[in-house]
Amino acid sequence: MRPVITIENLHYAYPPLTAGAEAPPVLRGVSLSLASGECLALLGSTGAGKSTLCLTLNGIIPHLTGGTFRGEVWVAGHNTKESDPGELSQRVGLVFQDPESQLFNMTVEDEVAFGPESLALPSREIEARIHGALDMMGIADLRHRPPLGLSGGQKQRVALAAMLAMRPQVLVLDEPAASLDPAGKASVLDVILRLRRETGAAILWVSQDTDQVPLLADRVALLGQGRILLEGKPGEVFAQSSELRGQGLALPQMRELATHFNDRQGGDYAWLTVEEAAHDLGEVIRG
Amino acid sequence: MAEAAIELYRCSYHYDAHIPALREVSCTIPAGTWAALIGQNGSGKTTLAKLCNGLLRPDEGRVRILGQDIAGQPVSRIARSVGYLFQNPDHQIFAANVREELSFGLRNLGFPPVELQGRVEEALALFGLERYADHPPAMLGYGLRRQVTVASLFALRPPVLILDEPTTGLDWGATQALLSRLADLHRDGHTVVLITHDMRLVAERAEWMVILHQGRLLAEGLPRQLFARTELLARVSLSPPPVTRLAQRLRPLGMRGDSLSVEEFYREYTTLKATAFS
Repeated sequence: MRPVITIENLHYAYPPLTAGAEAPPVLRGVSLSLASGECLALLGSTGAGKSTLCLTLNGIIPHLTGGTFRGEVWVAGHNTKESDPGELSQRVGLVFQDPESQLFNMTVEDEVAFGPESLALPSREIEARIHGALDMMGIADLRHRPPLGLSGGQKQRVALAAMLAMRPQVLVLDEPAASLDPAGKASVLDVILRLRRETGAAILWVSQDTDQVPLLADRVALLGQGRILLEGKPGEVFAQSSELRGQGLALPQMRELATHFNDRQGGDYAWLTVEEAAHDLGEVIRG
Repeated sequence: MAEAAIELYRCSYHYDAHIPALREVSCTIPAGTWAALIGQNGSGKTTLAKLCNGLLRPDEGRVRILGQDIAGQPVSRIARSVGYLFQNPDHQIFAANVREELSFGLRNLGFPPVELQGRVEEALALFGLERYADHPPAMLGYGLRRQVTVASLFALRPPVLILDEPTTGLDWGATQALLSRLADLHRDGHTVVLITHDMRLVAERAEWMVILHQGRLLAEGLPRQLFARTELLARVSLSPPPVTRLAQRLRPLGMRGDSLSVEEFYREYTTLKATAFS
């Protein structure tokens, strides 16, 4: 399938804080691609450059930040260097860790309408998009509420709905559940699952929650030292335990358990989920 | 039971006349334990913590710290017993450089200069902050700002430490480093109270667990017993860590179903296998 995102040998350094100085590059040769309907989980420790990479996808980097940008980023056939961020925002939806940083309207409805209205769509189309986005996020009942009075999980659903109303081909979710409590996390993961099933968009999902990643991602990439250090199916990437640990990342607890068994019994278990482990161990116990 | 580090007796607190943040909460955290305080956002965890260090005073009820009622004590006095790490490091960082940030609390408590300096240098070294000692803390990245606040608390080493979501925003490596520092304090007899959403961390480390829900005490007790009450947990959208859920799934096949860590699961599994073949 033709990729909807192609990143080729991308190097990027933010502009230096003081004139004349040189800022160290954050990205040092990232290459990555993503197809429609695919969900890629991007792992990496704090400061690895995950959020920077996200901002290159809708052109905020380099158009609004400046800095030194080398390499190519293609999104839905457009080279981001030559495209306007306003136009890219119709193809790429971004949701950040902190939902409050992106909600600014008085009601949920206004929040979700904001994007489609700025495209000057006919009002019937705008209504259809609001309705569809609220419905998919399961928040139709919050439509007339002020976003700031909602719980963290609800706010994040509003931010996701506002993004969906633009019908983007690419969804970039930068640790959308990280700042939420367990109920909020569960609620956001639930909607990511739904987005994956129902929109056909490409999803780039930044997460450090390695217990959740195997449940949702088709593919996993590890960003470190400004490069993609590992990339593959969840099973392949999580098999590289020392590399992941070296990058300051947790392993899925089920993968740790598998390693514990393998080290002591010489097996080759590779569990990532409770399901998988329960299946294998259940068979062994039953004999 | 040993002496209690924290005892709350029917404590209520209102930020606003109509919305109670805590309602008649009674709970006990035994001295010297590693305790976890859990619950969804808005359940009252931070309010409870602030009642323990005197930043807030209960509208009703009593708070005892290490056996002493703190009702009449000024915050500066309570600070000798209870150290509190704010959820957001920026709520407590204010000094011009990291060394000064670490010295502030010690100076307030009247530590003599030599001991003060010794403790500051030790904390800088333990948290890998030596090379930032003269940097303004506000200019450091989030992970480092978090380290600075933990190092300040570590320099004070109060008998009771309450840390409000200290691992949020830290990656696994930084989290492990922080936990091992706390484990050292715990080993030396300090009471460590962790407010956290990380159930894997709770299962692996905590010896005592307090669960709040909508300002009320939902349950308190041993993590092993509370994690077994899956229906109670599910009602407040909490679930045990994966390895405990796995053990629970295998209960019909003879597992006890209460493993809290990978090591424990493996031990129980091998015991079960050995019995099955004997």
